[in-house]
Amino acid sequence: MDAIAAAFKSSTGNTLKLNTVDHNTFQDQISSYLQGTPDDVFTWFSGHRMRFFADKGLATPIDDVWDKVKGNYTEAFSTAVKGNDGHVYGIPVDYYPWAVFYRKSVFQAHSYKVPTSWDDLIKLCQQMKKDGLTPIALGDKDGWPAQGTFDIINLRLNGYDFHIELLTGKQKWTDPRVTATYKKWAELTPYYPSGFAGTTWQQGADTVVQKKAGMIVFGLFLSQEFSGPGDLDDLDFFPFPDLGTQYDAEKALDAPIDVVMMSKKSPNLSKDLSAAKSFLEFYAKGSSQLLLFKNAPGFIPTATDTDKSSFSPLQTKAAQIISNAKRITQFFDRDSRPDFAGANGMQSFLLTFLRQPQADPTQLQGKMQQFWDQLPQEA
Amino acid sequence: MGNSTTAAPARKQEASGAGAAASRGRKRYSVLTGVDKWQLFLMVGIPLALDLILIWGPTVASVFISFTNWNGYGQITAANVNGIKNYQVLFTQYLFFWPAVRHNLIWLAFFGLVATPLGMLLAVLLDREIRGTRIYQSIFFLPVVLSLAVVGFIWELQYAPTEGFINNFFPLNRTGHMIDWLGDPNINLLAVLVAASWRHVGYIMVLYLAGLKSVDPALREAAAIDGATERQIFFRIVFPVLAPINVIIVVVTAIESLRAFDIAYIINHGKNGLELLSTLITNNSISEASLVGFGSAIAVVLLLISLVPIVIYLSRVMRPERS
Amino acid sequence: MTVALPGGIVSAPLSPRRVLLHGFLIAMCGLWLFPLAWAVYSSLRPFSETIHSGSVSLPGTLDLSNYITVWNDAELPYYYLNTLVVVIPGVALALILASVIAFAVTQFSWRFNLIVLMLFTAGNLLPPQVIIIPLYWLYLHTPIPSLGSIDIGTFSFAIFSDNDLLYDQYIGIILIHVVFQTGFCTFVLSNYMKTISRELTESALVDGANVFHIWWRVILPLCRPALAALATLEFTWMYNDFFWALILMFHGDKRPITSALNNMQGQFFTNYNMLAAGAVLAAIPPILVFILLQKQFVRGLTLGATKG
Repeated sequence: MDAIAAAFKSSTGNTLKLNTVDHNTFQDQISSYLQGTPDDVFTWFSGHRMRFFADKGLATPIDDVWDKVKGNYTEAFSTAVKGNDGHVYGIPVDYYPWAVFYRKSVFQAHSYKVPTSWDDLIKLCQQMKKDGLTPIALGDKDGWPAQGTFDIINLRLNGYDFHIELLTGKQKWTDPRVTATYKKWAELTPYYPSGFAGTTWQQGADTVVQKKAGMIVFGLFLSQEFSGPGDLDDLDFFPFPDLGTQYDAEKALDAPIDVVMMSKKSPNLSKDLSAAKSFLEFYAKGSSQLLLFKNAPGFIPTATDTDKSSFSPLQTKAAQIISNAKRITQFFDRDSRPDFAGANGMQSFLLTFLRQPQADPTQLQGKMQQFWDQLPQEA
Repeated sequence: MGNSTTAAPARKQEASGAGAAASRGRKRYSVLTGVDKWQLFLMVGIPLALDLILIWGPTVASVFISFTNWNGYGQITAANVNGIKNYQVLFTQYLFFWPAVRHNLIWLAFFGLVATPLGMLLAVLLDREIRGTRIYQSIFFLPVVLSLAVVGFIWELQYAPTEGFINNFFPLNRTGHMIDWLGDPNINLLAVLVAASWRHVGYIMVLYLAGLKSVDPALREAAAIDGATERQIFFRIVFPVLAPINVIIVVVTAIESLRAFDIAYIINHGKNGLELLSTLITNNSISEASLVGFGSAIAVVLLLISLVPIVIYLSRVMRPERS
Repeated sequence: MTVALPGGIVSAPLSPRRVLLHGFLIAMCGLWLFPLAWAVYSSLRPFSETIHSGSVSLPGTLDLSNYITVWNDAELPYYYLNTLVVVIPGVALALILASVIAFAVTQFSWRFNLIVLMLFTAGNLLPPQVIIIPLYWLYLHTPIPSLGSIDIGTFSFAIFSDNDLLYDQYIGIILIHVVFQTGFCTFVLSNYMKTISRELTESALVDGANVFHIWWRVILPLCRPALAALATLEFTWMYNDFFWALILMFHGDKRPITSALNNMQGQFFTNYNMLAAGAVLAAIPPILVFILLQKQFVRGLTLGATKG
């Protein structure tokens, strides 16, 4: 971040004052942060999670900035930055795909083949189990990692439209299609490690690093755990297999986009407005984004003019899989309301499901729907 | 007890003599000047105002907000009022409410039946003039001076599934199935309770020791001379005399059980078997989710339950005042 | 078995029962100390070692490298400073307010005596989560003047606010600590002050001293033992707070050390050895206070538990 500040200063003459807060705190306290005295500009997530706060009037629309920089973004990004009122509220900074990650050396050693269908995936899991590996790693102490698996199975089985409508309340959690998703997921859960509810995602990813687990459904940013010599080069991924439905053709996947937004209530905003806008424009350049992500192989800069030759093979492959996708989602807790998807809601509901995945999920689904129903109207 | 007896004769003297003690608005305290009265007013007024604004005000406000569906943004209007809906949802629909209540009750039961008696036992054992009693007491009391955040972490070093002490030292892994102390919803509450008790026992021990020391030794001596065994002395004589302290201990145990929050929150924000009323409040209303109305309903439930031991405590300790 | 002799009770020489007792106590102590001892042990081992030979293994090297890293990387000195900035004014103010109320309540009798005392005592017993929601809102909406700041190194201590609000400010944390703990302190001090004869106050008043003067010059000095005991207890309790700073303070670098421990977990992920060093460093001040002032500690709790 300091490199960006320096570059910003030399490019425009404006000084950037940085405030870093730890990830979890920032998310937990976002609503008080934005209502209190936020900074002029802050990093956040796109999707419903962005629109939720924009609707409450806590972010400033930046259509003028977007008009200047939109040439540098593909079409996929332009939908991600708009609020419910059609105005633009965020500038995309980075993104990354969720896929099934594995170590090439492990696959080679056991002569595994990358599965392309669900049945192949299950067979591979069975084989891995016989070979003494944990087939699919999972560290769900924080509650959100499991949501990635829900997303992808629901997308493949029921399609993008249904998935997004489900997460925004236009479809019901009691829908039999949701039951189908849970039942399908239950076919995969026997291959999870036994202690997944007590381990963090880092510990889960570490089991893949240590060659104790074969695969993990996760985001590209797990590459930060592959820090030992040769680990990163050994990391590879494949898109989640097809389930044999019509929606496979969508090649949909979670590819969350991180954005940078302008707050509303910053006390300095009126004074800093032009500087803040020029910072947003600056951030929209590939060269700036590279400064941030040069040494972060888990994130891909969003600007089209980014010098892609500096990408690792993994980042290139990741960018490719996203551009091949016809439909992109932002991830469960960004596509839905934060007061539904959080620890008080779906994180805990999914943990409850995962305790007894083979049980009939209809009653649990009823509870999920009831919880949604009693939430106050959004804005 | 000493206090009430000192006050009574003093008052009698004052009533008869000059310079009589006065209460505001009753007798004239001729020696209190206007300045004095202002000072007294401020001395009581400022702390009281702070207490009302920062503690009792919010408590009452929580009750009012619990009847709305306010989400914390902007103004709270009549449109937000939704009657007892929050409570209906809480008691009949919210999947995690009754488990949280259950967990708080389990907490109470564990503290009340295991931790507190252990603390009392240690106090009784250490109440004698044995060698090293000071050191023993210090060791048992040591966890009390640690922050619960530190306690949570120290025990995580024990409980972590792959790196923790317990799973690595004792051969508990049956072919790859390791005991998930913190993630298995059937045992994680117990694991947390052990960690919390590690601290609670020492606290109770010190409180009970203080009580034991106040027991008149003559009582014990008399019983010993009469041939009573130690056990008899304790249960027949000491324990009944300590009735006031026993009540305090019970109340303190109850209050601590209802306040349980830190360790569960540090581990996983109170999910998957570690739900507590306090973590439900936090997760619903002071995190990214801002369901202030709903969270306040949970807060009111916690308040009402807490008022039981609090009222008992007040009635016990304020009793001599009234006389 | 004890033998009653004129002059007091003395302990009998070592009997089998005594040996059993000591055995039990020593075993319990071992069990009790073990978790803390294990944390210290883990903190002295470099991560590279535990990754290699497992966390439960005999020591290869034992050094303070984790401590040095945590001290520097996690900027611990500043977190200690944050803690002191909150705790020292907090303890002082709590004791001042409590002694003032206790004085007014015990040395003078007036109608609302009991109610005031009850309000304060009960206030301390409430679970913090009961009041946190409106309190949070209150902090976000209370204007506090920004009159500058004291900068020490990279850390800045605002006087009294750096965002014109009570939220995310040291003064806010100090305030809630003070008000929350005043209850307990008032209770203890009022118990203590009741043993002070009212005649002292009366005669001083007759002599022309004003109330404030009596409090400061006459009553407070008599309460020194109770004040010392309370100061020790309150230091520890305010130091160990986790919840208030977690919720009412936004910036991680402003938080006191116990809440900062939470941050460290984000920073060092699964390096338990490093985290253990951080936890031990966070735990040292209260442990020191305890070892040096143990008597005060016990006295404070005693005064709070029993009457008279």
